[in-house]
Amino acid sequence: MNQEYWQEELETMKRPDLERLQTERLKATVQQALKSPFYQEVFKQNGLTADDIQTLDDLRKIPFTTKDDLRAHYPFGLVAIPLRECVRIHSSSGTTGNPTVVLHSAKDLDQWANQVARCMYMVGLRDTDVFQNTSGYGMFTGGLGFQYGAERLGALTVPAAAGNTKRQIKFICDFGTTCLHIIPSYATRLAEVMYEEGIDPHRDTKLHTVCIGAEPHSEEQRKRIEKLLGVKAYNCFGMSEMNGPGVAFECKEQNGLHIWEDYVIPEIIDPVTLEPVPDGEVGELVLTTINREAMPLLRYRTRDLTCFLPGDCPCGRTHRRLARFKGRSDDMIILKGVNIFPTQVEKILMHFKELGSNYLITIETVGYNDEMMIEVELSDLFTDDFSTLQRLEKEVTRQLKDELLLTPRVKLVAKGSLPAPEGGKAVRVKDLRKIC
Amino acid sequence: MTVNQISIFLENKYGTLSEILMLLAEANIRIIAATVADTSEYGILRIIVNDPQRAYALLKEHNVSANLSDVLAIVTHSEAAGFARTLQAFTKAGLTIEYMYCFSAGEKSILIIRTNNREAAREVIRRQNMDYLCENDLLKFN
Repeated sequence: MNQEYWQEELETMKRPDLERLQTERLKATVQQALKSPFYQEVFKQNGLTADDIQTLDDLRKIPFTTKDDLRAHYPFGLVAIPLRECVRIHSSSGTTGNPTVVLHSAKDLDQWANQVARCMYMVGLRDTDVFQNTSGYGMFTGGLGFQYGAERLGALTVPAAAGNTKRQIKFICDFGTTCLHIIPSYATRLAEVMYEEGIDPHRDTKLHTVCIGAEPHSEEQRKRIEKLLGVKAYNCFGMSEMNGPGVAFECKEQNGLHIWEDYVIPEIIDPVTLEPVPDGEVGELVLTTINREAMPLLRYRTRDLTCFLPGDCPCGRTHRRLARFKGRSDDMIILKGVNIFPTQVEKILMHFKELGSNYLITIETVGYNDEMMIEVELSDLFTDDFSTLQRLEKEVTRQLKDELLLTPRVKLVAKGSLPAPEGGKAVRVKDLRKIC
Repeated sequence: MTVNQISIFLENKYGTLSEILMLLAEANIRIIAATVADTSEYGILRIIVNDPQRAYALLKEHNVSANLSDVLAIVTHSEAAGFARTLQAFTKAGLTIEYMYCFSAGEKSILIIRTNNREAAREVIRRQNMDYLCENDLLKFN
């Protein structure tokens, strides 16, 4: 077996062969999808049958699937196998209304573990490594997704889960952790605490690799993480709708994320015209699963903006590369791996009669951390009392924390001091993070 | 026993306070007493004026977050001893002072006080036979 690849044949497959494999899997996936009530209805309404999908180009005949479709058919409307054959359910983080859930069969989990193992192998991890996962476990896919992938790889796996920085550091030192899966803002925080505790990661730990993802970050931030921790940091991309981590991952070139085209068919479209954009142009990533049986998704609009990098990758893999993600085509904010919609914030603020309806969410990088500040106008009903104001601020913060799963900084401001809605559409989000 | 006070929410932002004062100035409002309390995030401007109803309506009209309330206005001697006696009476009755400010008129000082229990405070004032101001007395300051 070649030392560079986890699955050499698949990873370096010539494009025509890869496209033949995709066509075959697409046809099978459409057959499979048509076992779900949702896709039966979609095909019926559009006068399509499985026979209409014979080539990769035929994919474009199928309408897009959106997050709203998943919510509307919550929880099992897109499931294509009997529930007794499903073995796991995951859901997206902090969404409005119904969460988006994804079900997996045993085979799906097996394939997903392989996908993550392939990513980890690609960045040089082996069964001799000690892998510490600082992701939240539970419904969030970053925990179990990486867990199973790392176990498939054969690494000694530390399911440390999120938080408790001092304990994380103790494990890193005591277990000889060589690799972390970590969100970028937490990686810098972890490094800071290490230095505060008199631990030099270069000298006192065996860390050599970190997998960073789940929130937008800049090249500058990657370099900072690498320098602080004495590691190579690789960008990873995943989303619960597409299993979770492992959808696309950087190779050692650190220049774009290979998207595994034997697992998904990626398209990049103009989010307004919905037409494909030429290679190299930024658009919205649309993905079709072609290696999943419990819950196939056809042309799923990820809302993530990126572009294909032109040209071949020196690493020899033929699966195309995605550029660093440029943001979202909707108003969703991704902060510390948590998905947040302004409407969630709004819903909470509306509960308080003391507050007006005008608010502004600002995301900014403070030190090494990305933080959320919510400014909200007071309404007419105003107290003379500081402690009442502070209680209000605290209560608003607490309720927002319950809803968003992270703690924003709440700032009460005077009525009329925020920019008024223009042309019916208010500016609700200012993202000042340094990403690109 | 009480006078009207207007409380105005102030953001800690350049020019906020002077903007509000300009607004009152243009309407020829007389400010008898004023105080600003603040935290790092925001402040509250509290004012006693000669025509609180008109001033309050004006602020509302200009979309300012403001509140009209009653505060105790107790007349005492300007010496510290006068202040101390007054406050002691409240303390002895088990009341706490949420805030206090004052203004002077000749040899007298007028203490503006908010306690944690309004009714009990009124009772203290009656029992101690304290001198106080009512809203109408403020017209004398015209």
